Amino acid sequence: MNVIEARSLGKHYGSTWALRECSLAIPAGHVTALVGPNGSGKTTLLSLAAGLAVPSAGGVTVLGGRPPGSPVALDGIAFVAQDTPLYKNLSVADMLHLTRNLNRRFDQASAQARLAELGIPMKRKAGRLSGGQQAQLALTLALARRPRLLVLDEPMAMLDPLARHDFMATVMAAMADDGVSVVLSSHVLAELERVADYLVLLSQGRVQVAGEVEDLLACHRLLTGPAVEAERYSERMSVVHASRGGTQARLLVRQNGTDGPVPPGWEAHPVGLEELTLAYLREPGAAALPGPARGRDAEHSEVTT
Amino acid sequence: MTTLTTRSVPVHLEEDTSLLPLPWRRMAWVTWRQHRVALVGLAVLLGALAVYLWLQGRQIHHAYGIAIACHPASSGACVNAVNDFTSTYNIMARQLLPLLLQAVPALIGAFLGAPVLARELETGTFRYAWTQGFGRWRWTLAKLVSLAVLAAAAAALIGLLFSWYYQPFIADGQTNSLAASTFDLRGVAFASWTLVAFAIGGLAGLLIRRVVPALVATLATYAGLVLVVAVFLRQHYLTPLIARQQNLTVSALVTGNWGTKGGRTVFSFTGEPSYNVLGQFCPSGVGVKPSSGLLGGFAQCLRQHGYTLWASYQPANRFWPFQWIEGGWLLALSVLLIAATVWLVRRRVT
Repeated sequence: MNVIEARSLGKHYGSTWALRECSLAIPAGHVTALVGPNGSGKTTLLSLAAGLAVPSAGGVTVLGGRPPGSPVALDGIAFVAQDTPLYKNLSVADMLHLTRNLNRRFDQASAQARLAELGIPMKRKAGRLSGGQQAQLALTLALARRPRLLVLDEPMAMLDPLARHDFMATVMAAMADDGVSVVLSSHVLAELERVADYLVLLSQGRVQVAGEVEDLLACHRLLTGPAVEAERYSERMSVVHASRGGTQARLLVRQNGTDGPVPPGWEAHPVGLEELTLAYLREPGAAALPGPARGRDAEHSEVTT
Repeated sequence: MTTLTTRSVPVHLEEDTSLLPLPWRRMAWVTWRQHRVALVGLAVLLGALAVYLWLQGRQIHHAYGIAIACHPASSGACVNAVNDFTSTYNIMARQLLPLLLQAVPALIGAFLGAPVLARELETGTFRYAWTQGFGRWRWTLAKLVSLAVLAAAAAALIGLLFSWYYQPFIADGQTNSLAASTFDLRGVAFASWTLVAFAIGGLAGLLIRRVVPALVATLATYAGLVLVVAVFLRQHYLTPLIARQQNLTVSALVTGNWGTKGGRTVFSFTGEPSYNVLGQFCPSGVGVKPSSGLLGGFAQCLRQHGYTLWASYQPANRFWPFQWIEGGWLLALSVLLIAATVWLVRRRVT
């Protein structure tokens, strides 16, 4: 089952396309990192999936083919929007009661236990909590709904490193306990690298990379060798990004299936997720879209530099 | 994190069947909790108003009762008693209080109606509220309808109380029962005007998406609607009757006048005759231009010159038909506005 599936999805505000020709399938059972620079369409994509906006083109379904905003989708998806909107003048206890009233399921006991553990007082107004506590409260409310999919839009933008760590720990615990699928967006990959096992890279409103992190890492590698030969090898390989430092060249290449032979005088290294992501972000024309339910074909995805 | 990739997703039994919507009563606490400041404010305002109307109304009824109990009614003492009553309560009770009351529906529309959607959209909390299991359009419908019913019910009580309060001022023959200054405060009109103000506020909040501008727009739109209805629309609810001006009493709402001579209309006017008309048809009438609405001196003067002054008018006994007509179309308009708001929310204009 795909928790989010988009086909040629597009959304424009005025004459600007925030998201364009977006086709992707995010399978269930993953922690998916939706990464891209500011303005790349992450929030738009998540809003469309949450049913807060309607597509201008194409379509999107959630939880295995349900329309976003349908009763089943609303019931099964807990969406924590950017800046974790809460009613600032409501107490923590009131926010719990509110969410309980608005949903079919609400695990009051676990929510209270989690808040007690975090040291968030029930009587305090939501607006008087720290940024980290507000994010934790929003996450607690979302998890208490016992969702099948948890969608977090830039959940950690407002948090300090310690709060980020606590926040992610809560998400991971929920993932482990309830098997909830998680999609979270960020413009900083570093904070997701430890937890994400599925990556979607958005750039300028289009999907640039999508796939399981393990597969992505396996089919990319970094070649270093003499700069003078770089041009020649580039023609034979799918080079995502090339950089030169003096006489040395670094080529981040993509391979299909088998490991190609390393040219003499060159060295091959495995790539890290951050390095991989940065390489693609530097080359908006390159794309890596393996896996099922793709809108683009393989040839198209191998644009070289 | 490779251990996570193979985790199976638990089967949720409720996923297959289409879910029954959550019961509407769930929204009762939600609505109360989120709007209790406005609701308590409204209750305090209307409660104070009700107490004032009740206490002052009792005084007025008492004083009027004494004045009309005077016997014989035509005696100088009795005429004085009625005049005393009229002058004692003339400014504050008869004129200023209704003016104040005119603002109440507008305030309800602006402070209760406009923030319902505008605050959610302005602060971004709609992204919380509209992604919960209750569903966005049902959330909107539940809030708007329950708050609208509460506001209209409270206004209906005030309307009834004011109708009783104002009754002596109608009975003493000094005020037209269809007069714009009080018609929309009495009977069922007050509740329906409150309802329409609230509905305007709701829609303005959705379209403008910010509380203060939506609030201002609600006040402006409501005031405009009240004016248009009072000046242009209300007098056309039923076909006006026609009579000689001299036969009318102050209780009739005159909508137009014209003068005839020998079966031919020679001039017409609305409200007061212009000095042109006065000078042309009744030069001696200029001096006797009446201060009362009955054009008494002018009409008399015209008669002496062989003219007949006619009036089209709405008689006072059309008060209740007019109330039902106005209440009816305002109710329909309110339903339409609320339905449009819910439909727009459902269409996801955000």
